[in-house]
Amino acid sequence: MTSAAPSAARRPRFGYRINAVGVAGALVVAFWIVVAVAAPSIIPHPIGDIVDTDYFGPMSRELWLGSDYLGRDMTSRILMGARYTLGISVASVIIAGVSGVTLGMIAAITGGVVDMVLSRLLDALSSIPSKLFSLVVVAAVGSSIPVLIVTMAVIYIPGAYRFARALAVNINTMDFVTVARIRGESLFYLIRAEILPNIIGPVLVDLGLRFVFIVLLLSGMSFLGLGVRPPYADWGALVRENIGGLPYAAPAVIFPSLAIASLTIAVNLLIDNLPTKIRDRETS
Amino acid sequence: MKHRIASLILARLAIALVTAIIVSFAVFFATAMLPGDTATILLGQAATPEAVEGLRKAMHLDDPAIFRFLRWLAGVVQGDLGVSYANNMPVAKLIGGRLVNTLKLAGLTAIVAVPLALTLGITAAMLRNTLYDRCLTIAVIGIVSVPEFMIATLAVLLFAVYLNWLPAVSFTSEIRTVHDFARAYAMPVVTLTIVISAQMIRMSRAAVIETLNTPYVEMALLKGASRGRLVLRHALPNALGPIVNAVALSLSYLLGGVIIIETVFNYPGIAKLMVDAVSTRDLPLIQSCAIIFCFGFLLLTTTADIIAILSNPRLR
Amino acid sequence: MTSLVQIRDLRVEATTDSGRTIEIIRGVDLDIAEGEIVALIGESGSGKTTIAMSLMGYARAGCNIVGGSVTVDGVDMVKLSEKDKAAVRGAKIAYVPQSAAAAFNPAIRIMDQVIEVVHIHGVMPLEEARRKAVALFRALSLPNPDSIGERYPHQVSGGQLQRLAAAMALIASPKVLIFDEPTTALDVTTQVEVLRAFKSVISAHRIAGIYVSHDLAVVAQIADRIIVLRNGEVQETGNTADILERPQHPYTQQLLAAVAPHHEPQSDASAAAEALLEVHDVSVGYGPLRSDGQPAIVAVENVSLRVARGRNLGIIGESGCGKSTLARAIAGILPPFAGGVVFDGRELGRSARSRNADQLRQVQIVFQHADTALNPAHTVEDILGRPLTFYHGMPRKQRSARIDQLLDMVKLPRNLRLRRPAELSGGQKQRVNFARALAADPRLIICDEITSALDTVVAAAVIDLLKELQRELDLAYVFISHDLSVVEAICDDIVVMYRGRKIEQITPEAMARPEHPYTQLLLSSVPKLDPAWLDNLRQDPEQVREYCQR
Repeated sequence: MTSAAPSAARRPRFGYRINAVGVAGALVVAFWIVVAVAAPSIIPHPIGDIVDTDYFGPMSRELWLGSDYLGRDMTSRILMGARYTLGISVASVIIAGVSGVTLGMIAAITGGVVDMVLSRLLDALSSIPSKLFSLVVVAAVGSSIPVLIVTMAVIYIPGAYRFARALAVNINTMDFVTVARIRGESLFYLIRAEILPNIIGPVLVDLGLRFVFIVLLLSGMSFLGLGVRPPYADWGALVRENIGGLPYAAPAVIFPSLAIASLTIAVNLLIDNLPTKIRDRETS
Repeated sequence: MKHRIASLILARLAIALVTAIIVSFAVFFATAMLPGDTATILLGQAATPEAVEGLRKAMHLDDPAIFRFLRWLAGVVQGDLGVSYANNMPVAKLIGGRLVNTLKLAGLTAIVAVPLALTLGITAAMLRNTLYDRCLTIAVIGIVSVPEFMIATLAVLLFAVYLNWLPAVSFTSEIRTVHDFARAYAMPVVTLTIVISAQMIRMSRAAVIETLNTPYVEMALLKGASRGRLVLRHALPNALGPIVNAVALSLSYLLGGVIIIETVFNYPGIAKLMVDAVSTRDLPLIQSCAIIFCFGFLLLTTTADIIAILSNPRLR
Repeated sequence: MTSLVQIRDLRVEATTDSGRTIEIIRGVDLDIAEGEIVALIGESGSGKTTIAMSLMGYARAGCNIVGGSVTVDGVDMVKLSEKDKAAVRGAKIAYVPQSAAAAFNPAIRIMDQVIEVVHIHGVMPLEEARRKAVALFRALSLPNPDSIGERYPHQVSGGQLQRLAAAMALIASPKVLIFDEPTTALDVTTQVEVLRAFKSVISAHRIAGIYVSHDLAVVAQIADRIIVLRNGEVQETGNTADILERPQHPYTQQLLAAVAPHHEPQSDASAAAEALLEVHDVSVGYGPLRSDGQPAIVAVENVSLRVARGRNLGIIGESGCGKSTLARAIAGILPPFAGGVVFDGRELGRSARSRNADQLRQVQIVFQHADTALNPAHTVEDILGRPLTFYHGMPRKQRSARIDQLLDMVKLPRNLRLRRPAELSGGQKQRVNFARALAADPRLIICDEITSALDTVVAAAVIDLLKELQRELDLAYVFISHDLSVVEAICDDIVVMYRGRKIEQITPEAMARPEHPYTQLLLSSVPKLDPAWLDNLRQDPEQVREYCQR
């Protein structure tokens, strides 16, 4: 294996492979991101306007996804709903990820008392079931959108912390971290240069999974009427509003559900089929 | 070695105790953050300032939070959960019957789901990469990706609306025959089973596959062991810890699941009680329900960890 | 004479991450006669284990047997169905793994695993199998042969597990045995015992088999014939004596040359020269401190050392003797709880944190596993550039020139600077690892087993490089290793450690006549390239019992 040194030049430096399922997942995710960003300018009708004389109207040329329990256009409401579902979830997962991962790395590197106190506290926090935690918070301070974002973030910080800490503890035992430490490097350098680049891949995958959980939790809360409140409506709230259409299998109750499922399944498929970096061992 | 196991278990129990205290503290303060004055809420806007002041004194609302917490905790330990704001009944009495209902639902689900999910998960690991395994994996991804209420509404749509086999809501009070019982419980139990099985299948499959990739399983293969023997004799005993963990985690997931399921099926359990209490801001009731859920969760995870310690062959 | 095993034109392919297939075994022929042991010798990646496994019709995940035949006792293993293969495995052909510690199932008692083959194939009653197992335990000189089977694998030592694995392979009296580096993970004093045990059962049962190893001296004791492999191809085949004495192929000659120690009196500096490093009565331990100020586990006790300017100190000892812990204490990674370290006449702080940047710069440590010592996310340029920025505050242009210089010093091509560690070979990684220490402009480099993970030929080249650099730069090494020949080749003084204590200090010239009984035992246990070495080796059983409780 040692005789292959001269072959250096012909190896591609960046080689990634992704399979069809992964591409499909990525496309669906990209679609919803575009919708969430552009929703106000692409909706066919203002979301508050009653455009149908009937309620729970069927799918038609005029109203693609039918009308809701008041006769409003479902297409517009679902497109706008994407903003809330995606926006709140993304904001939460970013807050949870940044704080959880940073704390996890600090705990792993510092060790000792800092690690113990942080771990105990966050473990205790994670032993409150997530739905229950959000119920209690909603009972206490209501369910405005900032509160929802912070609540979801707080719920998923312990998980992000624990995951990042476990990875960082493994990296921390590696000799290259020891070498950096006895070179005299600062905590900040150790985190930024030695630990983070080596855990970022799995951490992002983990945050993807957490994003799915947040979407599900948020939808569940909204479904219970304890999440996003009118006049705003995310996909979970749309299902709740229109649950009366369930006996007629109205599109108004089916399509918001499908929207949630399409997003979460797509993220899951993308995570399970991430592009893999080609790392060929040298042939000789 | 016996000594080491005992000390590990004691350490685990100590952690559980510390966690329990932190959690009760957190629950108490989360609910104590409730905006608005409790006494005013109780007496209504029309109450005289004197009456409000009197009630505040009586309820010790002016004491520092830490005293109120300790007083409340002492009450919880003695079984005194306080009095509901909404209808002035002792919380313990309100919860009692509801808790039994929820435990019935959860227990029934566990009895169905655990054996089913473990069988599916382990067989999928044995038949890795076969059509059976692939279909199961796809179904599992689908189920873990959708919210519980969607599975519940789909079940209602299918069994109650289209097929008209089952009633859309559960009424436990009318149960007289086995047939009634089955009709009332079928839908919630089936839904919950689907929800928690998916996680359990995924995790037990992963646990078995991981142990199948170890050198000692390769060694057994080179001794001429059959596939069944590899899994049942060599991989399973070593995957026991992770599998127990998966079961505990899924059962704790059940606690979250019942919140949605009880609401959708209008099932008179403790979770439904709590959701209702949240809408009426019934503080003592919320606190008590939350504590019950948290302790149930803690009990499950602690038991799982202790079983994992006991099943670790290296500690024998 | 028809042979028991016939491999003809064996080809095995491996699939890489990118889905490309590479041929890792390229048309190998091999014969084993009844009662003959054939050794497969080669460095990592030469395909020796893959060939051995093919005898059981088995290829590890990602590998496929794509051509040729493997005939064992008249049956082509490649063509058998999975079920028929299972019927042969364990019964007719058995396998002794490299790491018995990993190959024993932690959840099952040893006896049940040893007789599992009998259980699966039903070749004899289980009671009889148990009796036979105990007899084998006795033949393999295992302690407590009657009761050792009742234990779990984690309750017995590595050397014992390795012999138990041999018993497990022999239980059904197979015709062919595969030994896959069965002593590589063991210390030398333990290795002697295990080799003896193997040799006696092999001759007692007239076993035929394959012995896979990278160690020519070990193979010389066991094998009748040796096959030298490289990159999946046979380089040379011959009788053991012929290969050792009259190697024909240049690669074989290279292998042999790398094994023979070549000590050349090193430095002109005498032992009396000014001291660069002095270690005074250092004690190091792990775990929480007890009431008497000592940690729960004491790994190094009252060790004193002295390294003179420009001279090299070797520290040898078996696993667990505390040599690496001592290195970590000197470097300030693991602060000692007693004693002190004096560098260049000034007392160093016990922990790295209490040393200043210049003190840290002057003492560098290089670790054994370049895989974990180099950050996989950084390029070679980043790795070498960081100490230059950190210690010397070099601007970009100057840094870049210095990196080129460093690469030249460790004899790596300059175009490697943009690669990441995963894209380098083992030897290249270890050179980068060493270059990073050089980047600090140190005066002392602590080398902790730096050649142990390398193939013999590569290791020899690294040692030569170290010597050369020492001549050019004013450097001193503390060289830690379990490999006596490596230490002998580079060091002026050698410290022998046993159970956390320094028991003797000798010079390479005096290695032939050590004074301490443990040193005698240790040095006599190193296998020699002489097929009669093991048979002629006489060790005092008293000493073996005292120092070798594994």
